[in-house]
Amino acid sequence: MSGSRERVLARVRAALTDVPRDETPQDVDVPRGYAPDHDQGEAVGLLVDRLEDYQALVHRTTPADLAGELARALARRGAYRVAAPADAPGEWFAHTERDVVRDTGLGVADLDGMDGVVTGCAAAIAETGTIVLDAGRAQGRRALTLIPDYHLCVVRADQVVAGVPQALPRLDPRRPLTWISGPSATSDIELDRVEGVHGPRTLEVLIVE
Amino acid sequence: MPPFPEAAKSATENSQMRHNLRLATDTIRGKRESAVSELDDWSDLRQAGKAVKDRTLRHLDTYLEQLEESVTAAGGTVHWAADAAEANEIVTGLVQATGESDVVKVKSMATQEIELNEALAQAGITAYETDLAELIVQLSDDLPSHILVPAIHRNRAEIREIFRDRMASWGVPAPEELSDDPRALAEAARVHLRERFLDTKVAISGANFAVADSGSMVVLESEGNGRMCLTLPQTLISVVGIEKIVPTWSDLEVFLQLLPRSSTGERMNPYTSTWTGVTPGDGPQEFHVVLLDNGRTDVLADTVGRQALRCIRCSACLNTCPVYERTGGHAYGSVYPGPIGAILTPQLRGTASETEASLPYASSLCGACYDVCPVAIDIPEVLVHLREEVVSQPGHRAEKAAMGVAGWVMGGERRLDTAQRAASAARSFMPRRMPGPASAWTDTRDIPDIPAESFRSWWRREGAEQAPDPGGGEHGPDAQEGGRR
Ligand code: SF4
Repeated sequence: MSGSRERVLARVRAALTDVPRDETPQDVDVPRGYAPDHDQGEAVGLLVDRLEDYQALVHRTTPADLAGELARALARRGAYRVAAPADAPGEWFAHTERDVVRDTGLGVADLDGMDGVVTGCAAAIAETGTIVLDAGRAQGRRALTLIPDYHLCVVRADQVVAGVPQALPRLDPRRPLTWISGPSATSDIELDRVEGVHGPRTLEVLIVE
Repeated sequence: MPPFPEAAKSATENSQMRHNLRLATDTIRGKRESAVSELDDWSDLRQAGKAVKDRTLRHLDTYLEQLEESVTAAGGTVHWAADAAEANEIVTGLVQATGESDVVKVKSMATQEIELNEALAQAGITAYETDLAELIVQLSDDLPSHILVPAIHRNRAEIREIFRDRMASWGVPAPEELSDDPRALAEAARVHLRERFLDTKVAISGANFAVADSGSMVVLESEGNGRMCLTLPQTLISVVGIEKIVPTWSDLEVFLQLLPRSSTGERMNPYTSTWTGVTPGDGPQEFHVVLLDNGRTDVLADTVGRQALRCIRCSACLNTCPVYERTGGHAYGSVYPGPIGAILTPQLRGTASETEASLPYASSLCGACYDVCPVAIDIPEVLVHLREEVVSQPGHRAEKAAMGVAGWVMGGERRLDTAQRAASAARSFMPRRMPGPASAWTDTRDIPDIPAESFRSWWRREGAEQAPDPGGGEHGPDAQEGGRR
């Protein structure tokens, strides 16, 4: 295999004989005239609008009402057993009577048996209606938000940025990231959009301001 | 594969396919336009995307070594494959080392290009495609016809039949009373693949981007099948073309804006996964990247053709191409169809065979593909350049290839009309006299004089009353908006 490494690299170098020997990558100018965001409206309102456009369910709430809102969402959904990351704040679940199972190494079959999952997030992008999970605090590992069919996500207003370029510096590439923009969907059959194939078919978002 | 003119002729005779295709390209084109028009800095993003890719390509050796170092530091293993055979050998060996005989796959053009599934089958390993469209293609033993929506040539009734007839022999059968409602069909796919996802220990993916400075891989998708494959198995093998690199993590800010809007016409696709090596307790604990050359260094060596390696496979050029809309993807004889296929395939494989020699002629040089390309690949320029290459070879192959395509395009009055009006778009792309050896051809033949009307304006005016489709699919959908409301 190391033979091919040298072979491929040698071919690349041979292909680039037109590039001056003393040229560095930085010598190739990259114009960065694009905008950090597009001034499309107040960030939280925009996020709500974009998420709803993706058929996600969205509620705006306050720190004081979060536990009540969360309890009502689980009741509406008819979710009896929901998974949650081990480090999700206990206050979130203060008002729900539903069975909240902390993930301390649930198997995939256990996850498949859950009625839903409740997590936080690392950041959210208003313009694109995107929630980013980085497996950090209150988010759990990736399988947790993938296998259950219902994902309830808590987003704090201070986690919301306007544009994509503002999100990347907040995110650590060493962590596994999942960018979620609405529920799972396909348009593969005659371009007819169907919400929900393999990922959670319902995404519900609570924005805490 | 027959050369493009013959394949195109037989494809255009398939009215169902043309109907489905026209509807799809029309719809996606409209969505793309509105998604792009939301960003007033689109041309800046496009310039940046182009420049980042040029920086990468001009210093590809540096970035490949940097990527190798960062992936390795993050706990992944890097393999190098000079060609398809070697890549297949590496992947087969890695799967065999796990002792497994089943793998799940995320849609990946690189693995189609190297015909990995066939190679695995020879080693007794079954590869299960998990993207809905790829599943349809695999179950029906068919070929993809579009980069983004590979089964777009199939309508819902055909898909129901495929599921009913074939699902059982690949795993969980389709339900008895399966209807042709897309919701029911998607549900059948969910059920069919669920156990497979939960049980399979090895996954194979491609990557949309590979970030040199962090070692991160990036996959954009919609259905969640990607997340399943990237998260649940113990071993993950990603086959990545060497041109997929972007230098830095922050460069993704450009491409994560350019790609979804150009591709599906969405502000963002439902799911994007990034991962860097392995993460203890989360996802696959063994990760391999296979860096694939397979002709890419030949493309790189051509200073005009090199720009084709900027391609981020958004498929915008397919959706806007009047030739693709009539022929579909199969006519291009490669996994890369449409305008990008017409320049990439002959460069990857060389122009020695008739199919590859005919591809640079599969275009009216109207320039619409260049206008929509998010990384500003001047496809018409490369087409003309490749025509020169074909012409300079011994024999009269160019003549044959060119006249074959011209004969097809001009075969009906309506098609001639279309081609001429489409070609008026960017007359600057349409040389009166082709440069270099090709001039011998243009000198004795007139390129039709064409009124100066832009392709877009023509399209807006004429698009709606495009050749009505005789007998086009009775199961065809209404003109519903395919996307998010
Ligand atoms: S050539 Fe440009 S428009 Fe076509 S698929 Fe590639 S990036 Fe997209």
